[in-house]
Amino acid sequence: MAERILEIKDLTVEFSTEDGIVRAVTGVSYDLHPGEVLGIVGESGSGKSVSMLSVLGLIPMPPGKIVQGEALFRGEDLVKMPKSKLRKIRGGPMAMIFQDPMTSLNPVLKIGDQISEAIKVHNPGKSDDDAKKRTVELLELVGVPFAERRVDQYPHEFSGGMRQRAMIAMAIANEPSVLVADEPTTALDVTIQAQIVEVLKTAQRETQAATVLITHDLGLIAELADRVVVMYAGRVVELADVYTIFNSPRHPYTVGLMNSLARVDADLEWLEPIPGQPPSLISPPPGCAFHPRCVQSQGRAVCRTDIPELKTVDDGAHVSACHFSDELAARHVVGALVEDG
Amino acid sequence: MSEASTVTPAEAPAASANGNEILRVENLVKHFPIKAGVFKHTVGQVRAVDGVDLTVQTGETLGIVGESGCGKTTLGRTIIKLLEPTGGRIVFEGQDITHFRRRQMRSVRRDIQIIFQDPYASLNPRMTVREIVAEPLRIHGLYRGGEGRRRVEELLRTVGLSPEHANRFPHEFSGGQRQRIGVARALALNPKMMVLDEPVSALDVSIQAQVVNLIAQLQNEFGLTYLFIAHDLSVVRHVSDRVAVMYLGKIVEIGTRKQIYGAPMHPYTQALLSAAPIESPDLRGKRPRIVLEGDVPSPANPPSGCRFRTRCWKAQEICVQEEPALIPRSGGDHPVACHFAEAMNPLNLAEQARVQQAAHQAAQLAAQESAS
Repeated sequence: MAERILEIKDLTVEFSTEDGIVRAVTGVSYDLHPGEVLGIVGESGSGKSVSMLSVLGLIPMPPGKIVQGEALFRGEDLVKMPKSKLRKIRGGPMAMIFQDPMTSLNPVLKIGDQISEAIKVHNPGKSDDDAKKRTVELLELVGVPFAERRVDQYPHEFSGGMRQRAMIAMAIANEPSVLVADEPTTALDVTIQAQIVEVLKTAQRETQAATVLITHDLGLIAELADRVVVMYAGRVVELADVYTIFNSPRHPYTVGLMNSLARVDADLEWLEPIPGQPPSLISPPPGCAFHPRCVQSQGRAVCRTDIPELKTVDDGAHVSACHFSDELAARHVVGALVEDG
Repeated sequence: MSEASTVTPAEAPAASANGNEILRVENLVKHFPIKAGVFKHTVGQVRAVDGVDLTVQTGETLGIVGESGCGKTTLGRTIIKLLEPTGGRIVFEGQDITHFRRRQMRSVRRDIQIIFQDPYASLNPRMTVREIVAEPLRIHGLYRGGEGRRRVEELLRTVGLSPEHANRFPHEFSGGQRQRIGVARALALNPKMMVLDEPVSALDVSIQAQVVNLIAQLQNEFGLTYLFIAHDLSVVRHVSDRVAVMYLGKIVEIGTRKQIYGAPMHPYTQALLSAAPIESPDLRGKRPRIVLEGDVPSPANPPSGCRFRTRCWKAQEICVQEEPALIPRSGGDHPVACHFAEAMNPLNLAEQARVQQAAHQAAQLAAQESAS
């Protein structure tokens, strides 16, 4: 078994709302290996963000609540850890990159001061000059031009793409061993996304941080992830290396997701959507939560009564939570880039 | 035309190839004043749409792509006169509607409807689905008793909802279902044309495909004409017959789907296509990316000459001096606004060496910029 830097074990997170208890995450387990990029993919409400943010203490509790489970970081359980200790871990050995940089940057403080402060909080011995020097280095690393001057600017003087770069600089300032990126490119335009993908690659290469990449964007996953966790209705439904997930998925939901994509590099007659609507997390369907939308289930009783366990398919590294994963033949891969205009 | 449908179709389209022009836009301009100071003097103009020409044929889908701030949404809203044009001409079905007043627009609005991006914001939360869908009928005096009820139920069925949904409120529906309600409302008056402004970008991938298919099916069924505005190059490829690419308030390239995705000639189109994510890890590292330098300049103060020149790896002196006209160039058969237009397709594996070279030049430009 490979070494693990972070282990999420049997995590269940609930939110209490006026309408009832939302089961955001149910019995989720996955682990993170050093230096890898682990993609967590799923649609809104799948629990992909909550599974990670809850153990980092980043969801409001209440209404949120970790009902059970643990998250072992270097052998210590983040779930049981006192808040003060968790705060030292966040921004230090575990750092975050969010979708909207404005939520992580303070609008009334200069960019440079914010990054320097992040450095000093975790390295109290460092002098102001050293922290500032390091800040400029970091901004240069993530491709902020004229970093020397721009450290004295405020967040509103940075464009969206530049703010995202500044946030990545802040995240890697303390050489984290785990980097959590939650929809890091979602708010950005295509050409800026491409820039940020390059910056993320640089950041990962420089820090060697194991990265958790949470996104709904399968293009980003295809570009960056080594392994992929697919979530649906608060559960892990499939886990495998990125090539296997895209080329031979063995869960009907993953297959459906891949088939519903329009392609920029091919003409398709029709798209093949997943029928139906995402399930309610307050009263999820009995049995497999995906069964009402599943092509594979074909109304078979077991799908309505039994929640499928994650079980190994192909080899030990590929798991799928479907009663009938054996029936899913390797997906025919839709042609990639056109060979000739 | 499907027999199952009982909704009266809008006039069936003539053959769309050389067909009738339904919409013509000439030199359309929309500027927003920038006000400042105590007396709110106008200190400048945001040139959101700055001289756009296009035509749309009956029954076709014209896709408009571009990044945020390129003016694509403003273009759509100005065309249907939710915004007053600053200049230019809008001709719908042979009628110049540019200076139509509210009352005159009412009859035009029966024929052109709009669908918005955010299905959470565009439906009144205090109205039932029946009221929402019936509203346009009532406004136009077409909702009469039992017949009106039947019409609403029929519209709901047409968009894949059930008539039982009519008494519920928008918050009881998921995003995809709300977008269907918006489509039912837009269809109520049997429009000929629809402006779809990012109709699926707020939806999850699996639901996007449902709504895209619905939109395509309705077009087949009712002969609708679409102006489909989106930033997602994959979705636009899938739905469009022709595509216009916008940058900083102007169309930089316009052509058939095959021309734009098969032989793009504007450097900006090429950069966009090279940056578009492709959901296949097998292509990792095999696609050279033309990563553009910097950000889009402000539309309040666009660069002289070619607006793309500040980020373009091909830019020369002439690009600073002279604005390139949107005309067919260098052997291509579709209009492109670039002095150095040349077909090169980042989506074509056979052309990867040339794309690589362009990517390299763009990277050098970026390096120079940040060094200077």
